[in-house]
Amino acid sequence: MNDTGSTALAPRLEMVAPPKAPSAFSNALVFGWRAILKFKHVPEQLFDLVMTPIMFTLLFTFVFGGALAGSTSAYLQFFLPGILVQTVVFNSVYSGMGLSTDLGKGLFDRFRSLPIWSLAPFAGLMVGDILRHLIAGGIILTIGLILGFRPEAGILGIVAAFTLLLAVGFGMGWIFIVLGLLVKTPMTVMTLGFTFIFPLVFASNIMVEPATMPAWLRAFVDVNPVSLMTSAIRGLMAGNATISDVLLALAAPAALAVLLAPVTLWLYRRSDR
Amino acid sequence: MNDAVRVNNSSSLEERSAPAISARGLVKRFGALCAVDGIDLEVPRGMIFAILGPNGAGKTTLMRMLATLLAPDAGSASVMGHDLIAAPHKVRASIAMTGQFASLDEDLTGRENLLLLARLWGFRGRKAKGRADELLAAFDLSDAANKQVKAYSGGMRRRLDIAASLVVTPGVLFLDEPTTGLDPNARQGVWRMIRVLAGSGVTILLTTQYLDEADQLAARIAVIDKGKKIAEGTSRELKAATGTGFLHVALADPARLDEAAMLLEKHLAGSVHRGPEGTQLSIKAGTTRAANEAISTLIAAKIELADFSMGSPSLEEVFFALTGGRSRFGKLEKGDA
Repeated sequence: MNDTGSTALAPRLEMVAPPKAPSAFSNALVFGWRAILKFKHVPEQLFDLVMTPIMFTLLFTFVFGGALAGSTSAYLQFFLPGILVQTVVFNSVYSGMGLSTDLGKGLFDRFRSLPIWSLAPFAGLMVGDILRHLIAGGIILTIGLILGFRPEAGILGIVAAFTLLLAVGFGMGWIFIVLGLLVKTPMTVMTLGFTFIFPLVFASNIMVEPATMPAWLRAFVDVNPVSLMTSAIRGLMAGNATISDVLLALAAPAALAVLLAPVTLWLYRRSDR
Repeated sequence: MNDAVRVNNSSSLEERSAPAISARGLVKRFGALCAVDGIDLEVPRGMIFAILGPNGAGKTTLMRMLATLLAPDAGSASVMGHDLIAAPHKVRASIAMTGQFASLDEDLTGRENLLLLARLWGFRGRKAKGRADELLAAFDLSDAANKQVKAYSGGMRRRLDIAASLVVTPGVLFLDEPTTGLDPNARQGVWRMIRVLAGSGVTILLTTQYLDEADQLAARIAVIDKGKKIAEGTSRELKAATGTGFLHVALADPARLDEAAMLLEKHLAGSVHRGPEGTQLSIKAGTTRAANEAISTLIAAKIELADFSMGSPSLEEVFFALTGGRSRFGKLEKGDA
């Protein structure tokens, strides 16, 4: 390759008229395709996504499991649905970091100057998120099954649990998209993201039953959306979830999507870096 | 149905006759800073128009407003006949912008970057691929088509970036400092590309802080400083307005620059402009005779000259004359807004 290039630049630059304007849905699909290409070109991103939850699963099951639940297998049965929720919540932070990186590079300036559906790039991010959640969740579930996790509700329970998991991820995703739009450096997005997320994840029923916690903490844990999500996923996998469990789990993600989608659009339009 | 078509036609006729860019009193403030302070601009179709100014003059902000990336705080503008505020989507459909920083996805290959844009514009399947390959060939990037952009050189990146702006031929192409950071060869390549594009009827609005770039490329130049347009015209007009009969001298010994400057100012009753290299002085002499006498004075003072000439002012001198020497090119000012 040479930089002198364009020596033979007698380019075929005849006027090319735009084709028929594509639909918003088609725009979103193209951004989804971009997210898939990212997996092809940057497979190492999966490593980050999967290593933490795998380590958590092994550590908690084998180191703390016996002490916490009497036996490692009993603990795994309790913990695995929770680690799936934790993984989805942590993954959302990475998607905010990705957005912040993109914005810093001027790529979004091009998208913003195109005649496309304004929210399409975010729909694409969501597609990427969904894939990440599915891949990471699938790997963790597989490891769980190998270690002896047995979802009593069978395949249907798993499908239902994963569907709810994706809905949870979709809702959480908006928080970090907004953060990604507000904060200019990806590292700050990560720091802020985890500062916010750690208390939510640890002060929940993911790792332990809240029964032994002090009353004030239990009061928080019981209404923590992450606990509600975990209870519902657990219930779906065990086959004893009620409709209200699922609705409670969906309340926070639905509220986030409804509130933050317009905020995202507003921030995106006025973003002036 | 028929009526609708007619209405559509008449409006597009109007749009067709409108100038490529027409702006009135555009203002953009960032907090207390007024980055663009009431700028008018009229760019006819098919012209290469340069916005020239130092860092922080407001060039990029002005361009970002015209490309619908920033909403103006006051003023109005239309691009290809579409109002910036009332019809931003229509403006976007008729422009393309290549920003100061490559607007490319580094992880994707060059071909995938172009495919992404072709699909966003609505090309499907084979047509999208065909358009991407055409552009890669036209910009001499076919060999690197399947390499990730992060492996591209600066010049290749800039070419791909411009190619990405041409997936659909835009009415107006915005180029924000298109050659900043490029080596001279790559710079020449970009200049050639810009000329070819303008030749095919694309209106080009470019910003630059390189005077020779504006001088070489642009049919008209607007000089911007501190958010205000301080002059506009052809390069020749701008130079003529500053006057001809400039005496340029280069000293053999830079240590005597101050002394020489003082002598010239005293003798020619003007203000001396110092060149960026620290050895050159320029001053308006008016006549060759006056210039001759001034040089004799220097020689009499035993100041050795490496070179001297009479000529038009450079655009840099024009800029200095216009700004009263307040702003200095090449000097980094805080925040290139």
